Order: sequence, then structure tokens, then C-alpha cells
Amino acid sequence: MAHSTATAVTGKSVWDGGTSPMGASYGKLMMWFFLLSDAFTFSGLLITYGLVRSSHQAYDGLVSAFKFSTEYWPVPEKVFEAVPFLHGYELPLVFVGIMTFILIMSSVTMVLAVEAGHRMDRKAVEKWMLWTIIGGITFLSCQAWEWTHFIVGTDAPTLVKDFVNGQWITKEVYGANLHINQYGPQPFADFFFFITGFHGFHVFSGVLLNFLIYYNTVTGVYERRGHYEMVEKVGLYWHFVDLVWVFVFTFFYLV
Amino acid sequence: MAHHAHEPQVTVIPPDKAKIKKLWTVALYLLVITIFEFIIAFTVPHEYKQLRVWVFVGLTIVKAAYIVGEFMHLRHEVKVLFWSILIPTIFIVWMLVAFVYEGIKMPVF
Repeated sequence: MAHSTATAVTGKSVWDGGTSPMGASYGKLMMWFFLLSDAFTFSGLLITYGLVRSSHQAYDGLVSAFKFSTEYWPVPEKVFEAVPFLHGYELPLVFVGIMTFILIMSSVTMVLAVEAGHRMDRKAVEKWMLWTIIGGITFLSCQAWEWTHFIVGTDAPTLVKDFVNGQWITKEVYGANLHINQYGPQPFADFFFFITGFHGFHVFSGVLLNFLIYYNTVTGVYERRGHYEMVEKVGLYWHFVDLVWVFVFTFFYLV
Repeated sequence: MAHHAHEPQVTVIPPDKAKIKKLWTVALYLLVITIFEFIIAFTVPHEYKQLRVWVFVGLTIVKAAYIVGEFMHLRHEVKVLFWSILIPTIFIVWMLVAFVYEGIKMPVF
């Protein structure tokens, strides 16, 4: 009933009811606006990173002669230069690059799943959802390795001055956590854990949602429903996670 | 629950080759841009910090535009939805670039 009134009256605004002015379902719109608010949260973290970094000394020597010190903010590519199975080689940002590649590829398989859903092709949706889940799990595994390496630290310790029992002592520090950091000022480690951790948790939730979608596809829920819009909505979320990584990659690792 | 008698007849539409090819092309662009960023990171010396940073920021925004525009399909959505998402995003990304730029403490030429 409501559908016919809005279209029948010519010259009436699309906002007068009975139609979807934004040309998208309620669920899809809400996903878009949730993602917008989530973008603000991530931006908040990265903006604070810039703010805190600006209140610390910058390293102004030659990058090739860079050494870890709590006196100045580290050059990120000097911190993230380890790759699994290649111990002792300096390969700046290579592993992060591999992680970026994995996430972009899983975004592609997701968009192919959405495309297959539009065609009601259940077998193809199953196939591409499964690849997307595998991509997500691979990314999380890479992140687990990277965190472990960051926490354990390098072969050689950094000498850090600390105020203990009323006097200054120098101690050897390996790795980083929320209380100690061999790579630079303490907030650098804290931001690493908060920013990549918050993103990693989004990836983890995304993998769970993707699995739910995969399960519902296999059991034929969407086929009976007559459309695969849920794949589209979760797809939006998954692409957003990829998008955030693009920004984290640039603003945390690259510059 | 639905029994076999109620299983709907589903007609699978064959894949649109051109559309799928376009998605892979976008993926290729994203990979090429990322590889290009790596080439800059390793070949352009750190003394050209201004140049490096602005190229990285620019390429990031290009990548973001491809992901949001094509993968998330925003470019093909209704105008009012497109701008409702884009306008707040422009402001927050502006703020983000400004603060991170302050954080890097760029040397003045």
C-alpha cells in the first residue's frame, strides 16, 4: 500500500515516506553508519598517535646509523624488519607488506562472494567465503607472530635508564610490553599494542561473522530467504577492516 | 522448519565475466600501488622526507578510494548516501593527516 502512494504522486519528495531514499535496505544503511562511527574510533587512535609523537623528540641522525633509544621516537621501519624463518636479516617492512597483501586478497575473495550472491550461486558463495575465512585466519596468524617478536625483542638489548629506589640505574631491556619498551619511548609500544590490537580484534570478529555467513550459506538459509544480502552487509564490514589496515600501514609503519 | 517440499526453485544466473574482470583489475591496482610504495620506501633516500611522506599519504587515499568506491560499491550508490559517508570521512582524514604530520616533525626545506 505504502509503496504505491509515493511513486504515484508526481513531484513529491522521496523523503515523504513509502520509499527508500538512500536506495539501500535498513540493515545495509545501519552497517554503513556503524562503519562511519568505527572509522572515527580508529581515527581517534591514529590522531592520538600523531599527537603523542609530536610531544617526543624526533630522531634526526642518519637512518642507516639508527639505534634504539628511549630518548627519541623510533624510525618505524627499523623496528619492524624481521621476517619468520629469516632470523638475523634486516628486511624492513617486508613482513608487514606480506600481511597487507593477504588482507587485500581476502578482500577480493569477499567481493567475489558478494557477486556470486547476487547471482544466487550458492556453490560459488561457499567457495569464496571459505577463501575469505582462510585469508583472515592467515592474517591473524601473521599478527600473532609479529606481536610475539615485538614482545620478545631483538638479540641485543637496549640500555634503558630507570629510576629505582631513589637512584638512577641502567638496565638491559629486551622487547616491549605496556610497562617497558626497548624500541623507544614507552607510548610507542603502547600505541603498537592498542592500534594493531584493536584492528586485530576487528579482524577476529570479522572471521567469526564470515564463518556465520558461510554456515548459513551451506545450510541454505539464504537460498530459502531468496537473497544473499547478509553476505553483502558482512562484506562491507570486511572491506572496512582492510581499509583500516591500509591507513594503519601508512600512518604507523611507513611514515 | 522448511521441508523438502518447500525448497525453492533457484535459478543461478551465469557469471558476468566483464564485472568479475573489473574486480580483479581493481585488486591489481591495489597491489601495484602497494608495491610502488615499497619501491619508494627503499629507493628514495630518507633526506627527502617531505616527498616520501606526501607520496605515501596520497597513495593511501587513492587505495582507500578504490576499496570504498569499488569493493564497498559506494561509488555506485545513491548520491545522498555517497555524500553522507564521504563528507564526515573527508574531515576526519584531514584531521588524521594533520596530526600525524605534526607528529613526524618534518624538517623545513
